[in-house]
Amino acid sequence: MSAATTIARFSPATNEARWVRMLLIGVALGFLTLFLFVPLAFVFHQALRKGVDVYLTAISDPDALSAVRMTLLAAAIAVPLNLVFGVAAAWAIAKFNFPGKSVLTTLIDLPFSVSPVIAGLIFVLLFGLQGWFGPWLREHDLKVIFAVPGIVLATIFVTFPFVARELIPLMQAQGTEQEEAATVLGASGWKTFWRVTLPNIKWGLLYGVILCNARAMGEFGAVAVVSGHIRGETNTMPLHIEILYNEYQFAAAFAVASLLALLALVTLALKFAVERRQRRVDDQDGRRSR
Amino acid sequence: MSIELTGITRRFGDFVAIDGIDLRVETGELLALLGPSGSGKTSLLRIIAGLETPDHGTVAFHGADATDVHARERQVGFVFQHYALFGHLTIFENVAFGLRVRPRRHRLDEATLRKKVMRLLELVQLDWLADRFPHQLSGGQRQRIALARALAVEPRVLLLDEPFGALDARVRQELRRWLRRLHDDVHVTSVFVTHDQEEALEVADRVVVMNHGRIEQIGTPDEVYDHPATPFVFEFLGHVNRLPVPGAPDDEGFVRPHDIAVLAQPAIGALAARLTHSTTIGPIARLEFALAADARTVNVELPRDAFRSLQLVNGTLAYLQPTLVRRFTQPTPA
Repeated sequence: MSAATTIARFSPATNEARWVRMLLIGVALGFLTLFLFVPLAFVFHQALRKGVDVYLTAISDPDALSAVRMTLLAAAIAVPLNLVFGVAAAWAIAKFNFPGKSVLTTLIDLPFSVSPVIAGLIFVLLFGLQGWFGPWLREHDLKVIFAVPGIVLATIFVTFPFVARELIPLMQAQGTEQEEAATVLGASGWKTFWRVTLPNIKWGLLYGVILCNARAMGEFGAVAVVSGHIRGETNTMPLHIEILYNEYQFAAAFAVASLLALLALVTLALKFAVERRQRRVDDQDGRRSR
Repeated sequence: MSIELTGITRRFGDFVAIDGIDLRVETGELLALLGPSGSGKTSLLRIIAGLETPDHGTVAFHGADATDVHARERQVGFVFQHYALFGHLTIFENVAFGLRVRPRRHRLDEATLRKKVMRLLELVQLDWLADRFPHQLSGGQRQRIALARALAVEPRVLLLDEPFGALDARVRQELRRWLRRLHDDVHVTSVFVTHDQEEALEVADRVVVMNHGRIEQIGTPDEVYDHPATPFVFEFLGHVNRLPVPGAPDDEGFVRPHDIAVLAQPAIGALAARLTHSTTIGPIARLEFALAADARTVNVELPRDAFRSLQLVNGTLAYLQPTLVRRFTQPTPA
């Protein structure tokens, strides 16, 4: 991989005619502008169209703040859990052989292949009043659907693959030699994990967590089905934006949307930083193997 | 510390990697497991280390059964072909790893640990690299660090899996002499795996030649080279010609390329052949002849000067006189 980067760095990428290059670059830039930069700029423009006061009022509205809290809460529960699940699943799949391994690998991908709306419906069918566990939950006075636990469950389900998907190829490529070396040197499984495996995957792991977090905060479909849109109670940011928009409160909708967009920009910046760091580590690994 | 293996068998699905091996490694010796890839030598080494479990058979250290002892508790040192150094730790911390992960009550205090690690780094002559990271070292240096790391836990036996396999020819030669000297100093019972016969013959006290999960022969380098027990051993330990020899089983005898004299005149027992190809590599001339009788290829090695004085060119008829022919009593495998 580092060989490819070296070539890209030091020799011209193309020797096509000048007009061909301009045309291709122009098309690419035009596309990016139209589909990425313009919408992003539009969000902020719309948000601030009626002035900073309206913007501040919109994002300090109690319902908006409640939606922000709800989103942060769901992410704060879903991301650490998926971090643990993802590392455990990737560790098992990449470092061991066992029957049913390919089934497990497919199951991890399931949330990617299922429509988020279906995912939400699954939970309604399981935990809703008419669902399998509905009567039992009602007897014990527990609410899952149209309440916080449902939102958290849906978020966990939808963001489940991110960490594991990021780690499995990385851990498979690294193999098990270093773990074996640690074991023979007398390290317990726990110490081997903390001192050898984790340091080797930390950048990949961070990258997976960032992606997982972005999706957890932005998730709409699955959460929309289970939340019930109760303002100030079970609204997340994406749901709150939809409600405001449907009520023709465009400035307020875009103001809250701008918060989500800001979050996306922060995520991008973090992702960029982590990728650069990871590439440096990979380059060193490349040198090492030569 | 001696190692006793009894009836070790290991299967991977239908493939029998190790087929009932009995082996005793004597205290303090340096033993080579030599064989082609797929002969089961690496599996055997990993079974001694506890990284793999045999389907049948027992592993014992100095008479004490260790078959069910976890790799973590076997107190063996293991050196991997690709070093397996911890990339995020300095050279010093790599060597210190085995000492730092001990249970708290057995852990050394920092000063003793530092002294011990630095002594090991001096032993492998790399103490000046203590603060570097593995990726800043050359392959040969990394393998020496891997060795120091394995020795840090004072292993009862040292196991090396193709330790020089990933290095280039020159470093490899340097390093194996160095390993031989190191073993003479440290004297820990050691087993190393290799597919390179030269390496095994040069470094080891005894060589175990393996093929298809079985032991073909055990002996000192001279024994296995001069008195190979089977055609496989003979062929594996160097280049071999099969020549028609009346009276031998299948009428075939085995002759090393350097055990053939090239004559300009016919002689009793000499085979007529034409030179088809020749190369000189340093002091040695490698010649290829085609037998006049059945056109089969015969490889011959001569000192460069002897080749010059014969004044052979391609196509010249010459007479090949085997000076040492090996016959095997059992029929040779096809």
